[in-house]
Order: sequence, then structure tokens, then C-alpha cells
Amino acid sequence: MADADESPIVLPDDPSFGPEVQVDYPGYRSTRWRAPKRPLVTLPEEQHDLRGPVFGPEEVAELDHDLTRQHEGEPLGERIVVTGRVVDEDARPIRNTLVEIWQANAGGRYRHVVDQHPAPLDPNFSGAGRCLTDDDGRYRFVTIKPGSYPWGNHENAWRPMHIHFSVFGHEFTRRLVTQMYFPGDPLFEFDPIFHSVRDPKSRELLIARFDLETTQPEWALGYQWDIVLGRGGSGTTPMENQT
Amino acid sequence: MTLPRTPSQTVGPYYAIGLTRGPQNELAPRSAPGAVQLIGQLLDGAGTPIADGMIELWDAPGGRWGRSGTDSDGRFSFSVVKPDAPAGGAPHFDVFVFARGLLRHQLTRIYFDDEAEANSRDPVLASLGEADRETLVAVQENGAMRFDIRMQGDRATVFFAH
Repeated sequence: MADADESPIVLPDDPSFGPEVQVDYPGYRSTRWRAPKRPLVTLPEEQHDLRGPVFGPEEVAELDHDLTRQHEGEPLGERIVVTGRVVDEDARPIRNTLVEIWQANAGGRYRHVVDQHPAPLDPNFSGAGRCLTDDDGRYRFVTIKPGSYPWGNHENAWRPMHIHFSVFGHEFTRRLVTQMYFPGDPLFEFDPIFHSVRDPKSRELLIARFDLETTQPEWALGYQWDIVLGRGGSGTTPMENQT
Repeated sequence: MTLPRTPSQTVGPYYAIGLTRGPQNELAPRSAPGAVQLIGQLLDGAGTPIADGMIELWDAPGGRWGRSGTDSDGRFSFSVVKPDAPAGGAPHFDVFVFARGLLRHQLTRIYFDDEAEANSRDPVLASLGEADRETLVAVQENGAMRFDIRMQGDRATVFFAH
């Protein structure tokens, strides 16, 4: 944030990096003082305890999955259903795992003290949800489509519309925090965070699919987005071992 | 066919809306026998406190988990009991560090300075040089345990591939 010198905004595509992210990405200025510069240390296999935290139904309240029903009135914006399956690399469902989301309101404003974007807060929208996946690994949220917003990373920088996701899986090393995007967003090509995933095919994995089947007549548009929690140990990239 | 994993994206500056709505930093109640405060500061490569970071702590043998956001001074705190030693190693917490500017979360460990004997036999600590080893050991301070996390620099915390 306090970077004195401007980095040029470069958004290079490089499929050779696979699905993983580049750790220190010049286009995204906040990485500069925060991304580790030294090689990551590999843990011996037998030192990798895979067990992870388990969350039960007591973690989730009845309306936690419906961001449009958490206040007196309904939030402004385009009502949407966002659903999909959390699976492992073999497409097996990851059941009863905690999925948490947070997002901006329809005007592109987060209910957070640091967000000073001059768009209105919505008294009927907190922007947070959580649920457990079902026996098929499926999660489902009802919310409103988040707005784009400026973020000051570079001149005229705007984030594409997105919903933040946090997912645990049942193994410690499958933990994932990521962002889900909406198809056809004109801001993709300008966004360094989206482009921090260098492989264009991998970036597409972050974009939900509009789905008429999921769309509920006279009520809400439907989006499908599946999440693949990879097994730990494959998470390093060549870039993580360079400065 | 193996499915490609969904890529990581930064937790961003506003994670508190969704992830730290209520306190989740008690892995053990403060009144529990042996409970101690684990405190620390998250610092960037310029030594500036990271005010929008989040730490997740995992005690695998005990099945205890918790998380804490960082405050305006980069500080986090937990109420913990020291984990049991895993087979062949010294007691430690697994630690995930999340922050704006981290495109994927980072993995480190917290060991304890009053476990010198166990630490000397721990294969992960033994594989590191002394200076690096020190970055993974919490120190006693005024009845609490203190563990600072430095993302970069001469005394940068050791992070593990995961």
C-alpha cells in the first residue's frame, strides 16, 4: 500500500505455470512487501499430518446461506442463486465441509470500516454467508450480485464482480481461499488479481457459469460454480522458489 | 481423469466480514488447566504491521482449531493449551497466514521455547539452520507466549510448501 514506486501493470499469460498462482506479482502492488522472498521449505512426508478441523451443523444458523434474508428488509440488487459442488481431484464429493463467503453489496461497497468507496451501504445487506456441503458435496447460497468497485492499485483500477470463498475440506492441506467471478465481465482483462493466476485455462476455473436450470422463474438468476480442492503437496510452483 | 484444482486468490482486505464475525481465537477456554495466551505481531518486509492479516491455528493431535484477525498494530492473540507432541516430533501448531497481498495462504509452525529437549529431536527443526529455527519458536514473555511472523527480511519466518 505504501509502495513509493509504481509498478507497471503487466498481465502476462503464461500457461506453463499451471493452475497455481505467482507468489510475488508485480501488477498487484500489495504482494511486494508481503509475499515471502525465500524458497519455501518442504516438509518431510511423514511430518505432514493431513487431518484438518471439522465443523458441525452448530456452526451454521438457519439463514446463514441466504444473504437476502438476514435483515428487516431485502437488499437492493439483482437476486442470484450461487451453487456448486466441492469435490476432490477425482471428482468425489467433499461432504459436510464449511463454505464461507463474503462480498460487496450491489453498489460495490463492503460493510467494512476500511472501505471508503463513496457508494451507499445497504442497511439490509451484511454480505456474509456460510453453509455446510451436503452429501453430494453441494453448497448453495442466495444473495445479490455484487458490484464492481475501485481499489487504488493503479490508475483507474476496478475489481471485476466477485464473491470471496473460503473452503476447508477434510484435510488440512486442502484449505482454499479464493474468489468466484461472473461470466463476461469486461474488467477481467484489466485485473491483476485475476491475472495472478497466469494460465488462462486456470483462470476460467474461477468463473461461474450462468445456468438457466438453476435460475428460478420470476425470482432469481442462477449460477453454478464447482470447487476442486487439490491434495496438499502439489501447491508449489517454480515461481515460489525464485525471488 | 484428475481434475485441476481451483486456483487460490487473495483473502483481500475485507475478510473480516465473512471470516472473523465472532471471536474464534479460543482453542482452549482461558480457564482451562494449562491455558496460556499466545500473542504475536504480523509484519511485512518493511517492518510495517500488517493490519489486515488473519492467522489460523491448528492443533492436529488435539483437534483444536482457531483463527484471529490482526488489529491495527498487526497483533493477533489466541487462548491455547500446548499441543501434544506428534509421533517423532516436538509439540507445535500448524499455522496458516492470510493477508491482502498474499495470493495464496502461507504455512508455518509454532514451536515452544520450553521444549528444548523435544525441539532438538524434531526432524523439521533439525533440518534448519539456527537462525531459521529461531523464527519458528515462540518465547515466554510475561506469562504469555509470543510468536511474531515476519513475511520477508533477514529474520523472515520460515514458510513451508503445502
